[in-house]
Amino acid sequence: MSLDHDNHAPVADVPVDSIIGAPTDDAPVKTTKTVQIESHSINFGPQHPAAHGVLRLILEMDGEVVERADPHIGLLHRGTEKLIEYKSYIQATPYFDRLDYVSPMSQEHPFVLATETLLGVKVPDRASWIRTLFSEITRVLNHLLNVTTYALDVGAITPALWGFEEREVLMEFHEAVSGARLHANYFRVGGVAKDMPAGLEDRIAAWADKFPKFIDDLETLLTENRIWKQRTVDVGAITAEDALAWGFSGPCLRASGVAWDLRKSQPYEKYTELDFKIPVGRNGDCYDRYLIRIAEMRESVSMIKQCLAKMKPGPVKLDDHKITPPKRQEMKRSMEALIHHFKLYTEGFHVPAGSTYTVVETPKGEFGVYLVSDGTNRPYRCKIRATGFAHLQAADFMCKRHMLADVAAIVGSLDVVFGEIDR
Amino acid sequence: MVDEQTLPPIAEIIATLPGVTQVVLQRDELVVFADRDSIAALCTALRDHEALKFEQLMELCGVDWPERAQRFEIVYCLLSVTLNQRVRISIHTDEATPVPSVHGVWPVATWWEREAYDLFGVVFAGQPDMRRILTDYGFEGHPLRKDFPLTGYVEVRYDYERHQVVYEPVKLTQDFRNFDFISPWEAMTTLPGDEKAKRS
Repeated sequence: MSLDHDNHAPVADVPVDSIIGAPTDDAPVKTTKTVQIESHSINFGPQHPAAHGVLRLILEMDGEVVERADPHIGLLHRGTEKLIEYKSYIQATPYFDRLDYVSPMSQEHPFVLATETLLGVKVPDRASWIRTLFSEITRVLNHLLNVTTYALDVGAITPALWGFEEREVLMEFHEAVSGARLHANYFRVGGVAKDMPAGLEDRIAAWADKFPKFIDDLETLLTENRIWKQRTVDVGAITAEDALAWGFSGPCLRASGVAWDLRKSQPYEKYTELDFKIPVGRNGDCYDRYLIRIAEMRESVSMIKQCLAKMKPGPVKLDDHKITPPKRQEMKRSMEALIHHFKLYTEGFHVPAGSTYTVVETPKGEFGVYLVSDGTNRPYRCKIRATGFAHLQAADFMCKRHMLADVAAIVGSLDVVFGEIDR
Repeated sequence: MVDEQTLPPIAEIIATLPGVTQVVLQRDELVVFADRDSIAALCTALRDHEALKFEQLMELCGVDWPERAQRFEIVYCLLSVTLNQRVRISIHTDEATPVPSVHGVWPVATWWEREAYDLFGVVFAGQPDMRRILTDYGFEGHPLRKDFPLTGYVEVRYDYERHQVVYEPVKLTQDFRNFDFISPWEAMTTLPGDEKAKRS
């Protein structure tokens, strides 16, 4: 941290009683003493362990109270939107894994849905179920990381040690279907890359049976923990009106008492066939945001079980080889399949001209893609609506008049990941 | 693509609001074309109208169409969580004309407008915080414009002799390869010589 002593505050009058270490005699001393409070700015990050990546937060302090927080973002800006404009639709999906690398498959989802909307195609049932299943697995994956690292930010180390072990199991599921733990590139336009390997459904079911016990254990560490509550209850509270005005979505919006979830209100994939509840908070503080995420993990486990029960064998991608690749064994014998494969992986497919704003409920909230197509094989414009971008902007509003230590709790509770914010 | 028959009832209300030139339904998404100068008034009306209640601005972004006279399209994606409806507003501007800011309607607009300024160079009138947001400190140019090269103009490296990060013009070991896939065959529905076969 570097201190900037450029702007000194005027001398302020502070009653003696409020000065730490001041003598508190029984005799009521009502004299006031003049002390000088130094107003200074603090550079929080970009290499701060609680900055969740590369957040540079310029804090203007009045003593230990935050007067203004000015987040400087863009340190991880890789020009994703520009790069996508120079890639075919198939080549564009892997970029989405690299946005919010904590919940990769959920990020691919709006892009493939947007492309499918423009193409006017609908994926087969099983592909839709697999997408729903992995959206929920990714939700647990994301919330496990957020809850535990958020706890780490405010001083609890054990949840992170436990949570990362459990995340590893989930990333093995990612690896089993896609071959990659993080950058899955599994959701494809027209379905998913390939069917789940044999036995994976049983492994996921076995995990889903014992995972609620883990959430119980995790809660024993935090939910009623006195220190945890002191650090989070009533910290960074935001009302429903403010949360709406600041573009909140997902758990952060629901913690403020707005019962809004795209999976219920604007359902996509198979969410209409699932029975689930939407946890809603009341106070909109850091503690509620934590509780919402814990409750959502429980709901997700129940949804994973329902998905596994309702999935049936069947095709996992469209039978239109202008959009999806043909089977490997077909390519060995069929000239047409070979041509399709070659054309698909060099030129890709042409998407009819038009535009769409497609959203999904990712673990962090509404993640959208505004996709403009000009009829060629490359997106004309692909605007990524990053959830955390709106949340982080409200950091100034939420941190105001809070103590310096609360900033870490507030930023942690907002669940920001700089891959998606900086794009 | 455009189906005028199935416009939702709110389309009629929106059509009467200030500055609205056209309301269409594209792929089940309501799109409003509006005048640039009345965007702030339109947004306030959309937020406050009893039957619309668009409390949230979910997205604000630019699109560059260099061949048009008004080359930048600014798109606003609005959401009403109470009435569960969405609308998209589209306005146009050129490089010089500022767009009225909507940060007074939704405070969240500030960063989206900064981003549109940073990446496209669109200026928002009334926006007090018009700094760059995503690009480097001291960056020049607007990278998402179609005439900005993908590789950019400068690259950075650490100079061991000067002990600092230095900016240098981009040097590519291999030229950027831009494959042209605009196939003459794609749009060709009738092959030369086949005209007579189709006619019968």
